[in-house]
Amino acid sequence: MKIHYGTALAAVALVAVHILFRMTQKFSDSLSYQNVIANYHFLPYALMLEVVLILLSVHGFNGLRVILLELKQGVAYERAINYGSIAATVALVAYGSRTILMAGMGMS
Amino acid sequence: MAERLSNREGIRGMANPTRYGIERVAYWLQRLTGLGLLAYLIGHIYETSSIVNGKVAWEKMLELTQTPQGHIILTIVIGMCVYHTANGIRVMLGHGGIGVGKPGEPEYPYKAASLNYKQRLCIWVSIALAALAMMYGAAVLFGD
Amino acid sequence: MAVVAIPKASEEATSAPTPTTQPNTITLRISRFNPSNDSLPTFAEFKIPVQKWTTVLEAILHVKQNLDHSIAVRYSCRQASCGSCGMKINGKPALACYTKISEIGSKVVTVEPMSNFPIIRDLAVDFKQLFSDHKKMKPFIMRDDSEITPGTKEFVQTPKDLEKFLQFSYCIKCGLCNSACPTMATDESFIGPQGLAQAYRYVADNRDQGKKDRLKIVDQSHGIWRCHFAGSCSHVCPKGVDPAMAIQLLRGYLMGFRK
Repeated sequence: MKIHYGTALAAVALVAVHILFRMTQKFSDSLSYQNVIANYHFLPYALMLEVVLILLSVHGFNGLRVILLELKQGVAYERAINYGSIAATVALVAYGSRTILMAGMGMS
Repeated sequence: MAERLSNREGIRGMANPTRYGIERVAYWLQRLTGLGLLAYLIGHIYETSSIVNGKVAWEKMLELTQTPQGHIILTIVIGMCVYHTANGIRVMLGHGGIGVGKPGEPEYPYKAASLNYKQRLCIWVSIALAALAMMYGAAVLFGD
Repeated sequence: MAVVAIPKASEEATSAPTPTTQPNTITLRISRFNPSNDSLPTFAEFKIPVQKWTTVLEAILHVKQNLDHSIAVRYSCRQASCGSCGMKINGKPALACYTKISEIGSKVVTVEPMSNFPIIRDLAVDFKQLFSDHKKMKPFIMRDDSEITPGTKEFVQTPKDLEKFLQFSYCIKCGLCNSACPTMATDESFIGPQGLAQAYRYVADNRDQGKKDRLKIVDQSHGIWRCHFAGSCSHVCPKGVDPAMAIQLLRGYLMGFRK
């Protein structure tokens, strides 16, 4: 649960920054292809996105894990949920990181 | 002898926000918004990944999401995010024993000190902040 | 000599006041389940007269006495001291002896056995898990020395020390908190608000030296971390124990907010 609290607090700060960044321009302009690519090329922003991705994936899947663990009990089931949550977190982080890396390195 | 009915309320009991006051509603909303935000996170990571396929793919994705339906979904997500954050901070502090009152001699009618006005106020403030954020978000999204 | 004047019949004479409240009639729906015959609970309905002060327990006992002797119901003290008559009254866990029909505000009163406890029969439920979880919390003062060792005196406890845990010692093990808890609705391994509150009762007692042991017991996957501060337990507690407060104060130790 301490992971849940820790990721929550850190994510609040960083998601606020993410949203404020998007608000520096008019909403529809900020979504244009060039603007978004420029954001990914800006290293501090890309790093922040990566950290937010990790924090929110951990927080989200840990929360889902808690809900699922409460719904059913049993050694095999709990082991499956624990490993499944970790796998889902890793998968989402990997997929999101792929986007950040490829967009940041100009592979799009 | 026949097996005794386990008599657990099950998911219907856990997901029922009524009967026990605003604190139970807050718990139910926290779970609901958490699941909603997780679903949005997965969708958001997927939709933003279209940028690696070039400008055409990105603009095709925008055609799908920058619609009135997309804006409504985003407005709801904004509300869920603000509520989940604000209420989550209240719950986190409560979990540490902050704002839950002090032990003392119970006096009739035995109102629980942990279900105090501070907790109820924070819950209503979370809901109000979420509503305000939704209104602002809708104004930006639909105003553009 | 004293003279006693006996009032004449025409004078004002004391007599018992005639009842001003006429009995109302309500419908009492009682959940019936006999595990030897039934696969699922059903409801039996009874129309019974009630007064302004009739409690749910009195209504059930009226049915048992006059209409259907076979209803299984637990009760004892009739004054919210023993915790025997816990049941679901119109969907909410409450003590039957402590709930007046008039305060429910409905002409139809439905009584069912408490949720999250296995049903033995009708309104009587099995408390085995509650008692075993309570025992796991080591509900006794743990210390190496004793008040009855020669050469020592009684353990000192100031009124301030007493106040830190007194309300949590008022638990009557009625089980209403466990019935209301949203985690208990689905998690069969969860200790429950009753056990966790009792763990704090002893941790907060300055005579006790078992804090480390008890924190280790509650610091598990289906222990204190499955409480999410929904507060339903404190909402239904009839004795003002406020288990939600106890659990959060206990968790404060594990989170480092309290030493």
